[in-house]
Formats: sequence, structure tokens, C-alpha cells
Amino acid sequence: MDKLITAKSEPLWNTNNKVVSIVYGLITLLFALPLFGLNSFYLHLFIMIFMHAVMAQSWNVIAGFSGQISLGHGAFFGIGAYATSFFYMQYGVTPWISIFIGIFISGVFAVLIGIPMLRLSGHYFAIATLLIGISFQVVFQRWDLVGAASGLWVTMTPEDSWIALQFHSSKLPYYYIFLIFFLISFFSVWVLSRSKLGYRLRAIRDDPQAALSLGINVSNYKIIAYVISAMIMAPMGSLFAQYILIIDPDRVFNIEISIIVLLITVLGGIGNVWGPIIGASILIPISEYSRIYLGGTGGAVDLILYGLILMIICVFRPNGLISFIPKDILERKKQR
Amino acid sequence: MKILSVENLSRSFGGIKANDNVSFSVEQGSILGIIGPNGAGKSTLFDLITGYTKAESGKVQFFDKNIFGLSPDKISNLGVGRTFQKLKPFADQTLLENVMIGAFVKEKNVKKARDNALEIINFVDLIEKRHHFAKELSTGQRKRLEMARAMAIEPKLLLMDEVTGGVDQKTIPGLVELIKKMKKTGVTIITIEHNINIIMEISDNVLALDQGKSIAFGPPREIQKNKQVIDSYLGTFDAA
Repeated sequence: MDKLITAKSEPLWNTNNKVVSIVYGLITLLFALPLFGLNSFYLHLFIMIFMHAVMAQSWNVIAGFSGQISLGHGAFFGIGAYATSFFYMQYGVTPWISIFIGIFISGVFAVLIGIPMLRLSGHYFAIATLLIGISFQVVFQRWDLVGAASGLWVTMTPEDSWIALQFHSSKLPYYYIFLIFFLISFFSVWVLSRSKLGYRLRAIRDDPQAALSLGINVSNYKIIAYVISAMIMAPMGSLFAQYILIIDPDRVFNIEISIIVLLITVLGGIGNVWGPIIGASILIPISEYSRIYLGGTGGAVDLILYGLILMIICVFRPNGLISFIPKDILERKKQR
Repeated sequence: MKILSVENLSRSFGGIKANDNVSFSVEQGSILGIIGPNGAGKSTLFDLITGYTKAESGKVQFFDKNIFGLSPDKISNLGVGRTFQKLKPFADQTLLENVMIGAFVKEKNVKKARDNALEIINFVDLIEKRHHFAKELSTGQRKRLEMARAMAIEPKLLLMDEVTGGVDQKTIPGLVELIKKMKKTGVTIITIEHNINIIMEISDNVLALDQGKSIAFGPPREIQKNKQVIDSYLGTFDAA
């Protein structure tokens, strides 16, 4: 009985005060960093890290938590991008509102795609989502209403505008907008991972048959995970569209988007909220620096490096770079 | 009061009748032991009752509700728990997390679900292992994990598939005592067992299956003497 009382008196979560302090310190640092005079390139680099970390976090929800490997997640990025640009250009809707339209449309498509697709599992689901992702690109390439293959060129405001979410004189506002979305998405997924839903999704990932025996409607929960995942991905497409102001199907529905979020998550640590952040912090600088030193798209050297790093990780650290963090920080003390 | 009534439950796989018009009933608060040779259809019967496999015909009544054709999660939510012959722990999660997932059936609040899970883990004598990952536990401990996880849904009826299968002899008495302890909580138990001594020790009634058919049903002492059961499963001893 004493052992039970001791167990019940333990804190619910394994909170390491050092880790909490480091996290608060890093958040403060990220907010303060531009004050030290980050140039345009570094602002861009951090914006790309924040954006890809959120995209990978989105993929982490469906793949890392519920175990469904989606290879077409770029579709929701594209939907978000097109929703914002289209409604702004056609109806003058401020991107702050159309971000939510994009989230809504992505959620609806996730339901429509998820209901038939999530009956599949394993590599069948992966292949099906790959084809869905490609089909979005093909449809948008031929859809005149949204500019077909030429895409949409967002009408530029003459000056910086918070309402139009356009900033031409500096990347600084984008830095803070992406940072805030990054923190919101991280915190949301962190809460999700500790909720009843998070526990149930991990049960489905580990053993769907056993999950059924514990009253979990596996199909419904997979759809819920897919919808949440899509709704996290969409605003990144919206913000990216406002960041570059030119979108086309080859850019925002590219299969590379779906692959890169997978690589980031696997590198950092799949199924862990920290994984996408760690992965994005390493892969995105490699990508951006290879573009600088090798020009254009980086001569695909970044992809070669990604492949190399991924192979090394898969062989030596299959749980990702997160596994370098000492176990006594991640896990509770075990009694022998 | 009957908690479960099964009538003429049938299921074939190809030309093989895995369950052929199986009928029996279970009294609330009792233990029903199911015996039979390999391939007799014992685990299939569990799958049919819990909705994992669709029965072709028959009727399954849980209290006064017909659960025939319901999905496994719905049946579980009604209060029918189960364990599996081939263990299915959530390997990359701790023992506590495994049991908490079960506890969420009755409790939405994470803290309360954690506390309920700890009570059950203590009940199965694994409280010291609560932070161990399921993959780090021994087979006997994983059996207890599955029993705890199934108990966490607060079942009225619990189906356990070969609890003592695949564990060493020293571990078996502890598991048998645990089954008896579970019965005392008021839960009705149906258990598949190959160890006939255990079945005789814990069961109020025994159902014997052979080639998908129910060949005998009754108190353990009667089943032990049943000629058909002896011929097909228990075997005969040559006195000479």
C-alpha cells in the first residue's frame, strides 16, 4: 500500500527542471535574436526552420503518433497556400482570415481522403497518399480558376501591410509570425501527446488490435489524427504563400514537400514532439547553405547529404537524434 | 443471472468449421474454463464473441443486449474485456501507459486515469515496474500487464486466452492466484487453458470444444469424467 501511495504522489509528468529552464531560455533567445541584428539571410534561415519544423510536426501527428505513413502530406500545404492567395486576390479577404479558410478546407479534405484511405494500412496507405498528393498537383496544374500551371501571383501592396500580411522592407515581421505559429503548433502537439487522444493514438500505432480491445474506435481515431495533422500543415502553406507571394502547383504541391517532412521527423525522432524541431534545425541549414555555396537548388547536394545522414541515423540511431539525449532526462527512474 | 448467452455460433474458414453451432451460457461472477485440443476453435470463439471475427450465424447476448455483429471497440465499451493468446502489449510504452490507455475507457481525466491505472498495477503486483517499457518486461510480467490493461476498462466480463501459456512453472501459481483474486472483485471470467489442473482448480464450469463443436459443458468434475472429452482431449491412461 505504501508503494501505491508513493506512486500516486508522483507528479503526473516526468518534468525535468533543467529541460524546462533550457526551453524557456531558448524561447526567450528566439524572440531576442533579431535584436542582435540578424541579417536577411539568417532571418530567412530561421523562418525556414520554423516552417519546416511545423510541417514535420504535422506529419509527426499522423505518422509518429498514430503510425500511418503519409507520403502526400504536401497536399495540405498546397491547399493552405492556394486558399490564402485565392481568397485574397479574388475577394480581398485578409490572409489572417483565409488562413483559417485554408485550415478548414484542409480539414474537410482530410476527412474526405481519410475515410476511404485510412481503411488501408502500412505501405498501402503510404502509396495511396503518395498518389493523392500527386493528383492534387496535376489537378491544380490544369485548373484555370487558380491560374493553372502558372499559379497565382499575389497582388503586392505598395507598402508593408499587416492586414495583407505583406512585408517588403524587412523579413523581421515574417520571422515573428512564423515563430509564433511554430510555438503554437509545438505547444498544441505537446498538449495532444499528453492527452487521452495522444495515448489512444499511440495505442493504435503500437497495436491496433489491442487498441480495439480497449474501446478505441481505430478508424475514427486515425481520421481525427489525419484531420489534426492536415490542419497544422495548412497554415504553413498560407504563410509561405504570403512570404514568397508567388505560388504554383510545382512549388506548393511538390512531392519533395512530403518527403522533406518525413526526413526531418525521422532524423529528429519520430513520435516525439522534439523530433521535428531537432530535425529541422539540422536539415534546413544544410539545405540553405548548400544553395548558397552551390547555387540554384544546391545541385541536389542537400538531398545527397539528407540521404547520407538518414542512412547513418537509421543504422546507428533508429530512434533519431533525440536518442542522444540521456535516458534519465527522457524517462522516469526505474526500480529494479 | 446469466451474463453471457451464446447460441449456435458458427464460423467457417474455407472448408473448415472453426466453430460449429456452439452454445453455452455463463453465470455472473463465475469462471468458465474452455478446454480443447489445438485447432478446436477456442481462440476463434473468443474472436467471435468480441467481434474480431464476424460470425456467420448465431446469437451472442451480453446481459439483455444482443452484441452479435458489433465491432470490437463497441463490445469493449459495453464491458467485455479480453487478453490475447499472442501477447499484444504496447511495446514502446511503459506499463503505466499501457494500463492508462485501458483506464481511459471509464475516465477522461488524465490524472484520475493514472491513479486508477496505478491501483490496478498494484493489484497485479507490478507497481515497482510501472515505469518500465512493456518490451523490457518478462513474459510473465507481460501476461500480468495484459490482465491489468483488460481490468482497467472495468469489465463485467473478461475473456482471457491462455494466461499460463508460455510461462515457466514457477510463474504459473502466481498467475492462477491472480485469476482467483480477479474473480473476487466480481468480474466474470472466461478463460482458455491447456493446463487441465488449473481449469479444474479455478473453474465453476467447463466447456470442452473439439473440431469446432461443443462436446461437453458442465462442472469440472463431470467434464473430467466425460468419455468424449477424455477421448478427444484428456486422453486415457493405460492402467497396465
